[in-house]
Amino acid sequence: MLKIENLHVRVGGTEILKGLSLELGAGEVHAIMGPNGSGKSTLSYVLAGRDGYEVTEGRVLYDGVDLLALAPEERAAKGVFLAFQYPVEIPGVSNVYFLKAAVNAVRKARGEKELDAIEFMRFAREKAKLVALDAELLKRAVNSGFSGGEKKRNEVFQMAALEPRLAILDETDSGLDIDALRIVSDGVNALRGPDRAMLVITHYQRLLDYIVPDRVHVLVDGRIVRSGDKTLAGELEARGYAELGG
Amino acid sequence: MTAPQDIEGILAKRYDAGFVTDIEQDTAPPGLDEGTIRMISGKKEEPSWLLDWRLEAFARWRRMREPRWAKVEYPAIDYQAISYYSAPKQKPKLESLDEVDPKLLETYAKLGIPLHEQKLLAGVAVDAVFDSVSVATTFKAKLGEAGVIFCSISEAVREHPELVRRYLGSVVPTTDNFFAALNSAVFTDGSFVYVPKGVRCPMELSTYFRINASNTGQFERTLIVADEGSYVSYLEGCTAPMRDENQLHAAVVELVALADAEIKYSTVQNWYPGDENGVGGIYNFVTKRGRCAGARSKIAWTQVETGSAITWKYPSCILEGEGSVGEFYSVALSNHYQQADTGTKMIHVGPNTRSTIVSKGISAGHGQQTYRGGVTIARGATGARNHTQCDSLLIGNSCGAHTIPYVDVQNRTAQVEHEATTSRIGEDQLFYCRARGLSEEDAVGLIVNGFCKEVLNELPMEFAVEAQKLLGISLEGAVG
Ligand SMILES: Nc1ncnc2c1ncn2[C@@H]1O[C@H](COP(=O)(O)OP(=O)(O)OP(=O)(O)O)[C@@H](O)[C@H]1O
Ligand SMILES: [Mg+2]
Repeated sequence: MLKIENLHVRVGGTEILKGLSLELGAGEVHAIMGPNGSGKSTLSYVLAGRDGYEVTEGRVLYDGVDLLALAPEERAAKGVFLAFQYPVEIPGVSNVYFLKAAVNAVRKARGEKELDAIEFMRFAREKAKLVALDAELLKRAVNSGFSGGEKKRNEVFQMAALEPRLAILDETDSGLDIDALRIVSDGVNALRGPDRAMLVITHYQRLLDYIVPDRVHVLVDGRIVRSGDKTLAGELEARGYAELGG
Repeated sequence: MTAPQDIEGILAKRYDAGFVTDIEQDTAPPGLDEGTIRMISGKKEEPSWLLDWRLEAFARWRRMREPRWAKVEYPAIDYQAISYYSAPKQKPKLESLDEVDPKLLETYAKLGIPLHEQKLLAGVAVDAVFDSVSVATTFKAKLGEAGVIFCSISEAVREHPELVRRYLGSVVPTTDNFFAALNSAVFTDGSFVYVPKGVRCPMELSTYFRINASNTGQFERTLIVADEGSYVSYLEGCTAPMRDENQLHAAVVELVALADAEIKYSTVQNWYPGDENGVGGIYNFVTKRGRCAGARSKIAWTQVETGSAITWKYPSCILEGEGSVGEFYSVALSNHYQQADTGTKMIHVGPNTRSTIVSKGISAGHGQQTYRGGVTIARGATGARNHTQCDSLLIGNSCGAHTIPYVDVQNRTAQVEHEATTSRIGEDQLFYCRARGLSEEDAVGLIVNGFCKEVLNELPMEFAVEAQKLLGISLEGAVG
């Protein structure tokens, strides 16, 4: 489903990704681990289409299509979703209103019928329940004044509503308490399916106890230096990144 | 947080109302002297007291100087190069809509203002002013049953001279300021409303102003009087064709609310703003003021200002009556090279008077936006209260927002609060929205509407929708 080949990316004049390759099949969940600053969020932004990330070499195919040629909103319409490491606040725009606009934009692009206000409220309540999101947060402005954990939960809520085919979760577990971690993981697991794929970026083995990955990749200094099965995560937790080198 | 360069690319605007109607016009040659004023007054068959009033205003105006304190820049206006009267050629008095020139009706239909009563938004009466004259007032009969007078000011001068004479200039004296004096001398038409004691006006009243002729100024005069215990909601909309030269619009609006009366005055101003290089557009120099003359009376101004090359406008309230209330809700948008210097004055004279100011300024492109607001608490205004909330939203890096509050408190029991914020639509916010599937324009629209919600909520329902659309169109191309 996703094929990244020899990806080189420059940000602000510095090369951050230095030949990253990765293949993710339909139905699979892969984890990416790696030290701070190694380029994990850079990868997630490039996949979602953020401006200012200059691809100097390599390519990314999504269902055989050149992903990098698409605008961010076109990628979203095709089912790419990024759960942000740092979700953005949008004061004045209510969370439900925002999500309704997003869901309908994506539905429209996919040729599906847009949901009216009543249909959407029913739909949103259902999805909120899935990640135990406080109904009060639906009415508040997008991420405005949300706690760190609430923001992360809101990302998973949006993911549940947008039903992506390729979900990239950038440290969605950071800032979650133990109970929230389980709830969010249950929400993510509920979305797993033969037609979906997920890229889960994390620093902690703990998340991978809940969301069990098919593969684990270690990203150091802009390259994947090691890949393995789920046991690799435990190994890293015990030994650190130091001896893996660059 | 800074927005990237490409945001600036998005600001290319479409102006939907920019067509010209090809209609035979009776237009006076450019120039302004006493003869011009006598000509206008004569065309309107005015009584001598009104001609004298105009001439006095003109004499005063000649000795006044154009104000230069506002944060707006424009080349000197040549007042002798403007035509002060232009009217579509037709029979002077209209008995019904059937007599209105079909081309005029077509123009209003194009603007989305269906004049025919059957097509009207349910319950909205419309007076339409085309260049200098009022061409139609709908729903007159129904309003008449309630005792409400809603007609052009020219007609009011003929039919209700005692009311006009009593209140005209009572809130904005002829000598108030340069543009008000000019308007008093040369005003050509506008609307008049009188709501009798205890009457709740059975429908929204609405006026649409349209500048069509080139090289003409529009100087309309509106007077609304709400007698004791009455209520009226009034909406004004404005458009003009796209032209390369600047056109002057200098209106005066006066509101009078007697005891326990309430006037809600809403404006959706969409005069032609000029093109993306700042060529053309309307110079909008407007004086709007309301007088809460009676106890517990209330005047609320709501404005959505998206048009005009220059906006100079401070709808104000004089709160004389004990416990009277003044409100000002404003959204002003400046895109491309538009300049807006706008705000309000709340003058607390009576005890326990209250005022609320909510101002939302949006600047994009090279737009410049100034909020200028005055709160005055006079010595006798014991227990007066004001709350001001003033928010600015910037889109891109080449625009500007300025907040200039003036506060003058003469009574120690008064409470005056001022809050101000400035924010910018950030690249991170736009990317977040786009990553969720929204186009950049929809994202800007969403954020802008969220920003303005508090003000849009004050507009009558159907106009809020219109205003929301207008904001979207005005920001079209605001981000790249
Ligand atoms: N605009 C920029 N200009 C220069 N360097 C940048 C810019 N943005 C990111 N970087 C650098 O790119 C590197 C990779 O950052 P990235 O956010 O991808 O790391 P990460 O692996 O997600 O780290 P963490 O685990 O802390 O989230 C960092 O060294 C960062 O400082
Ligand atoms: Mg990161």
